[in-house]
Parts: sequence; structure tokens; C-alpha cells
Amino acid sequence: MNALALLLADGRFPAGGHAHSGGVEAAVMDARISDDASLSSYLAGRLATAGRVAAGLAAAAGSGSHPVLAVDLEAGARIASPALRVASAVQGRQLLRAARALGFDVPWKELHHAVAMGAVARAGGLGPTDAARWAAHESVTGAATAAIRLLGLDPFTVWNAVAALAPAIDELAASSAAIADGPLAELPARSAPLLDIGAERHACQEVRLFAS
Amino acid sequence: MPPDRPVRIGVGGPVGTGKTALVAALCRTLGVEIELAVVTNDIYTDEDAEFLRRAGVLDPARITAVQTGCCPHTAIRDDISANLAAVEELEQRFRPLGLVLVESGGDNLTATFSRGLVDHQIFVLDVAGGDKVPRKGGPGVTNSDLLVINKTDLAPLVGADLDVMARDAEAKRGADRRVIFCSLVDDPSAADVASWVRDRLAAPV
Repeated sequence: MNALALLLADGRFPAGGHAHSGGVEAAVMDARISDDASLSSYLAGRLATAGRVAAGLAAAAGSGSHPVLAVDLEAGARIASPALRVASAVQGRQLLRAARALGFDVPWKELHHAVAMGAVARAGGLGPTDAARWAAHESVTGAATAAIRLLGLDPFTVWNAVAALAPAIDELAASSAAIADGPLAELPARSAPLLDIGAERHACQEVRLFAS
Repeated sequence: MPPDRPVRIGVGGPVGTGKTALVAALCRTLGVEIELAVVTNDIYTDEDAEFLRRAGVLDPARITAVQTGCCPHTAIRDDISANLAAVEELEQRFRPLGLVLVESGGDNLTATFSRGLVDHQIFVLDVAGGDKVPRKGGPGVTNSDLLVINKTDLAPLVGADLDVMARDAEAKRGADRRVIFCSLVDDPSAADVASWVRDRLAAPV
């Protein structure tokens, strides 16, 4: 287990992630998540869609085979919701800033979140597999934590569900790394309409506890 | 303190102690003499913005609300990213500012601001929270640059002994760290707190 990879993916790493719910607040508002079972389904669905897309982008950005800005364009093209594009840019910006505070050579002021993860991983001497695993991990754990806070779900039960996804996260990391050097247009582009719709509805709410 | 940016002061303390009212009072009192802006971690609605506009406290464009993801202490202490970005954006948009106030979401006695986010911090307690609270201590009571004991007009109604609170606060903080007893009912301008803020702004770099 690589110490730097652990540090970067740590939920306590100060990159502003705690204020983003991975679409959970939107789903709770729309009554799509209300209990352990609905959360489990949500996490699996999120990993298979937004997580897969993020892992692919992170691996490509972390491979060194493509200009980072070209990967960033591909990222933007894969986020249909304007609110999610903003959230991705904000998180990417905050991550880059935190990485620079660690002395990483990441001169971009703004990148989409998954692309920033790839760039930061590479700057830290990590490879595309680590970058992809980080992105996949983030897509699930941020959401799970938000559900615990919003619904008071038993953290042991929730983390049981998260841990059940660990093999899928590892598989996704490997498969993302395998295509990281290939054509950018062939990176995963699975959409999840309810994530996009939920994000737009969430952005209009007057009272939001999470930024996204 | 760096000379090339505005002074940043945090306002923290438990829920309901009057942080928002104190911030509004400071904006009204100081806004005529200093360019200021506010970042709030409190839940901030259109109704709140309208109230501030009508009360002439501060142009709502100078107030940014930051969501904390149900973790008010994290956002001001462990991971200041979003608050720092909001402060810097206001400083850029309305430069040159003299002062930025950062109001935390109400939390408990253990929540304090990171030195990476603010230059000074005000911790607000109120008498209705009980006159034994200063004795409990905690980093807010003990280490804040200014401790405000608010709503003193309520003391007789809640059986709070202000002398006890003063003595206990000094025991925790030492004689050098300031404590101000405040009532926005008796003095809506929060003159003593405003004066303390002015002293911070005038302090040598």
C-alpha cells in the first residue's frame, strides 16, 4: 500500500471534498435515497456510471500519454449537467491548490476533478492505476459519508456496503489503466440521467447543506 | 499579518448565541468607515439577504454563503478550502477591502478557526446558555482573541451571574485576553466590539 496514495485519498485531506455529497443530498431531497438498501443501490449505480467515467479520466490524465488539457476537454464533454460541471471544476481547483501546498508540480489553476486527480497522482509519482482507484474510491466514499450525515444511517452498515464495492473499485482501476494510453474519445462515457437531473434540481434549492 | 490583503476575522460560537446579529451590527457600525465583506457558513436564505438589504446593513452582493456539508467545524478548521476560496473571491471582486468577516455555522464549544483562514477570532457565548459555560472552557473560550458574552440584558431573566462569568472567563483566558459583555438590545451598534475590531485593523503588520 502506497503511503502517498493513502494520504491523497484520505477523507481528511484538505481539498474541500467534505462539502460535496456525490449527489446524495439531491437524491435524499427527491426521496430516491431514504435507507440502507436505497443507498447501497445508489452507490453501486454511481460507481458504474460517474465513477467509471471519473476513473477513466483520472487514468488518462495520470498516464502522461495525453496533454492534461485535452483530457480536461473530454471530462467537460462527459458532464451534461452545468451544476455538476461547476462542482467538478470547484473540486478540481481546490485539489490542485492543496497539491501545490504539498509542493506538487501541478501548474494548472483549474481542471475537472477527475483530471486533477490524475494530474496530482502523476506529479506525486503515482501511476494511472492509483489515479483511477482514487477517483473510483472518491465517487463512492464521499456519497456514503454524506448519507450518514443527512440520514443518520448506521455508519457500520453503510461502510459494509462501501466495502462490498471494493473489488469492483479494484477492477475498475485496472481496466481504466489498461486503456489510459489509448484514444481519449474511447474513454468511458456512461451517463446517469438522474444524477444530472438531481444536480440541477439541487442547485436551485434555497437551503442546501452540501455544495453539490 | 501580511499588508497586501484585508484583515480576516472569524466569528464563532455555539448555536443561538447571536453571531449573525453581531456580524450585522458590526457591518452597520463599521461599514461606513471600512470596506467590508462577509463569508457565512450559516444557512443563508433569500429572506436573510432581503433582511440585510432592507436594514441597510451590507449589500448582499458582499455576502457569500458557503455550504459545509453538515460539518461546520471542519469547514473553518480542518479543511478550510471552500471558505478560503470564498474569502479570496470577495477580496478580488471588491478590492480593496479592509476587512472580511467569516461567520461559522453554530457548533459547540470545541470549534475554533484555523489560523490559515483568519487573523483573529471572536468567540460568542450568551448568558442564556448558562453562566457556567465559561468555566467549562474549551478552545473557543480559552484561546479566542476576543470572547463576547452576549445578551446581557437577559441575565436577570435566566438567573445568570455576570460576575461569575467574568471571573471564570478570566481564570480560563488570563488577564490579557479580552472579554466583552455585550447586549445588542442595550447597544445595537456593538460599540465595544467594533472598537476592538478597529484596534485589530490599526495594529502594526
